[in-house]
Amino acid sequence: MSVLVSSIINGDNIEFACEPDETLLDALRDRVGMTGVKEGCGTGDCGACSITLDGALVCSCLVLGAEAEGRSIETVEGMSDGNVLHPLQQKFLEHAALQCGICTPGFLIAAKSLLEKNNDPTEEEVRYALAGNLCRCTGYDKIVRAVLDAAKQMRKA
Amino acid sequence: MGKDTQLTDRVFKSVGTRPMRPDGIDKVTGRARYGADHNMSGQLHGSILRSPHAHASIKSIDTSKAEKLKGVKAIVTAKDFKTKGITDPDLLDIIDNCMASKKAFYDGHAVAAVAAVDAKTAKAALKLIKVEYKILKHVTDVDEAVQPKAPLLNNKCFTKGVDPTPDKASNIAKRSEFGHGDVAEGFEAADVVIERTFKTGQSHQGYIEPHACVASVGPDGTGELWVCTQGHFVFRQQCAKILGLDEAKLKVTSSEIGGGFGGKTHLWVEPVALALSRKANRPVKLVMSREEVFRASGPTSATSIDIKMGVTKDGVITAAEAELRYTSGPYAGSWATLGAMTSFACYDLKNVKTVGLEVLVNRPKTTAYRAPSAPMAAFAVESMIDELADRIGMKAIDMRIQNAAKEGTRSSYGPVYGPIGIGPTLDAAKKHPHMSAPLGPNQGRGMACGFWFNFGGQSCTDLNIGSDGTATITVGTIDVGGARASLALVVAEELGIPYDQVKAVIADTTALGYNEMTDGSRGTFASSMSAIQSCRMAIADMRQRAATLWEIDVDEVVWENGHAYAGESGLNDSNSNHPPLSIADLAKSADKTGGPIAGHAQIVADGAGVSFATHICDIEVDPETGQTRVVRYTVIQDAGKAVHPTYVEGQFQGGAAQGIGWALNEEYIYGEDGRLQNAGFLDYRIPVCSDLPMIDTQILEIPNPNHPYGIRGVGETSIVPPLAAIGNAVSNATQVRMTHVPMSPPRILAAIHAEAASDD
Repeated sequence: MSVLVSSIINGDNIEFACEPDETLLDALRDRVGMTGVKEGCGTGDCGACSITLDGALVCSCLVLGAEAEGRSIETVEGMSDGNVLHPLQQKFLEHAALQCGICTPGFLIAAKSLLEKNNDPTEEEVRYALAGNLCRCTGYDKIVRAVLDAAKQMRKA
Repeated sequence: MGKDTQLTDRVFKSVGTRPMRPDGIDKVTGRARYGADHNMSGQLHGSILRSPHAHASIKSIDTSKAEKLKGVKAIVTAKDFKTKGITDPDLLDIIDNCMASKKAFYDGHAVAAVAAVDAKTAKAALKLIKVEYKILKHVTDVDEAVQPKAPLLNNKCFTKGVDPTPDKASNIAKRSEFGHGDVAEGFEAADVVIERTFKTGQSHQGYIEPHACVASVGPDGTGELWVCTQGHFVFRQQCAKILGLDEAKLKVTSSEIGGGFGGKTHLWVEPVALALSRKANRPVKLVMSREEVFRASGPTSATSIDIKMGVTKDGVITAAEAELRYTSGPYAGSWATLGAMTSFACYDLKNVKTVGLEVLVNRPKTTAYRAPSAPMAAFAVESMIDELADRIGMKAIDMRIQNAAKEGTRSSYGPVYGPIGIGPTLDAAKKHPHMSAPLGPNQGRGMACGFWFNFGGQSCTDLNIGSDGTATITVGTIDVGGARASLALVVAEELGIPYDQVKAVIADTTALGYNEMTDGSRGTFASSMSAIQSCRMAIADMRQRAATLWEIDVDEVVWENGHAYAGESGLNDSNSNHPPLSIADLAKSADKTGGPIAGHAQIVADGAGVSFATHICDIEVDPETGQTRVVRYTVIQDAGKAVHPTYVEGQFQGGAAQGIGWALNEEYIYGEDGRLQNAGFLDYRIPVCSDLPMIDTQILEIPNPNHPYGIRGVGETSIVPPLAAIGNAVSNATQVRMTHVPMSPPRILAAIHAEAASDD
């Protein structure tokens, strides 16, 4: 028996039906078509499915779809403002902070969540804030640089 | 192309710059489509039943109850894979690994698969399949597996490479030997000889994207496969043979790939999805869970290495010998062979001998992991170099420099080297500020060198000029980490047009001839060689068209900076009556000069230049817990020519980080029952952001004389030195020689305590 869920996804009112035991990750990918949210493990260890739920950073594989009722979700698909990339997206490209790119949506969401709380993080703060997101390609060097650079640009703006 | 191409002191315009990648926007906005992001109309959900036993005979499989479950559309077992007529032993192993026939060889080995209307039904169906096993004794440890009384995986395994072939079966599938000179004589000449045994744990590539595919096979034998793979042409060839389909009728599309590192060079679930689809006559989507990735897709080898090296008091290595035992899972591989070939490749040795033994164990089938087999061998060799240097009172870097291979050196695996980068990377390391920076308490510094062959191989590319003069380069060797940017730079360079007027795309298997997979660091090397040849074909054609338009001889048309110029001296010929023609001009008039402008090349890219690196690292060991933290890391590597330096740095950094994880943490842990105990990212812990420092890089460019731009592959070598560099650093910090990777806190503590006890 499906449940009908109404939530706000990237600013739009969206309704979807999902199974009561279905994860929000599966609902977003399979019901809503937001395939920018990635599954790397399904157990909350890799952060590829990171989204914000009412502003809180969560692994969408650890949340049920039904729990999204009446709540606001942000995914990577909602990060850019029309044709203008979010500074984090822009800096990730400029610094080559992605290789395969599968972890990128999760990193962008986690980094955005950090910068909303702390607009001038140290390298160490960035490293700990992103420790829940696994990247196997880059060794994190260019990711950390991109986040620090984006923070700098956002402070100027 | 190839060796006759002169490498000039060419000044590059595009190559060597750092533009944004062409596929970048899609990857930062969530639009890029990976293996699991594709769906087909009417698709079913595929799911696999896996053995819970490490080693068991399969007595029977009863699928009748599952078949009756509403929503189940197809079930396949080994019976659905016809092996009659297939003679290639590697392909037979692939089939048996994808679906166990007589025996389940490891915890996680597939025994049956279901396609159902949804995941829930598929899961319920798996529970209804009844498999009767006869549990057999198992062996997962490499040293136990080679014992005479070890449980035998395959009673028809008679060691290859031994003359005469043994008449008693064993778990040693193959023996290989490399080297030259006389090691006994060499050890006689040594002042110091050290013998040790090193062991390394089994690590996994750990790509973040699990294997995923959507397969569709129609009743007419026409099929489609959407899949995350490092080589869709190879997958097509193998899947077609396994399924008995015509290659031409099976279209394989490579999705964007979420990491591979060698693990996606191999078929794991794809033939199963195709078989399910054929049986159900519906498309089938099959996505591995993370647990399945760990339990049933190729990790690297666990190893045990006996090594002996001798050195004079002046630092000359007189002899080096090693026996390398590598697990290959339940099937024969060539992993120890690669270990035996790479182990001493950094050095110029008069007497050297290596023996590789491929060892069968009840673990998943080993597959390639970035510079496969080289890191473990380098761990042993580079640890020994440090210890030998210490014994004779010489700096380890000076001993490495003294013995480093150079142009003309006969390598330990046979070939004679051309111009190579080991010496220059060592010289750069010696001069690097990292080498002389002060160390804090409990800190130590280590260094190590690494080698990888680099591959070339079959490549096929198309260049098409649009009616506006922009260029599309179509390649069939997939892009894992930014190769499209590099190839667009190369084409921009060759045609003389801006980077942003070139688009690099990866074609599916219907659009190009066979391309080998992205392995052996061949992608940018081989595709760029073919792309340059495609460009040169198009340029020759455009010169001819300009000659026709100008009514002059083609020899009088010069191609420079993306333009055809009339007159032998090209740009400088101000006497010419003909204003230069750009690619856009020529494209505009293409309909009058012979139709669309295109170039094509099909090559075997020979002459991949070998690759060397030197790494320096500082670590800090907590003496109470044994916890080790990397505090500074520097990678110095030869790139031949760095096409896109930022992505070259990225390869150096990524490989180093993987090596650091392997050195300190990562390891398959098996219980007494032969089951994998850490099949998840929580317990199989790869480095996270807060584990690592920035990873400094220094790119050296010793041109590869066999490539028109001097390019060498850069992707793999960087994972080779870290195990030993960290081992040497830990030894430097603790004064204890580490011989077992990963150097996890308990192992380091145990080594410190053992050393303290022996001192008492």
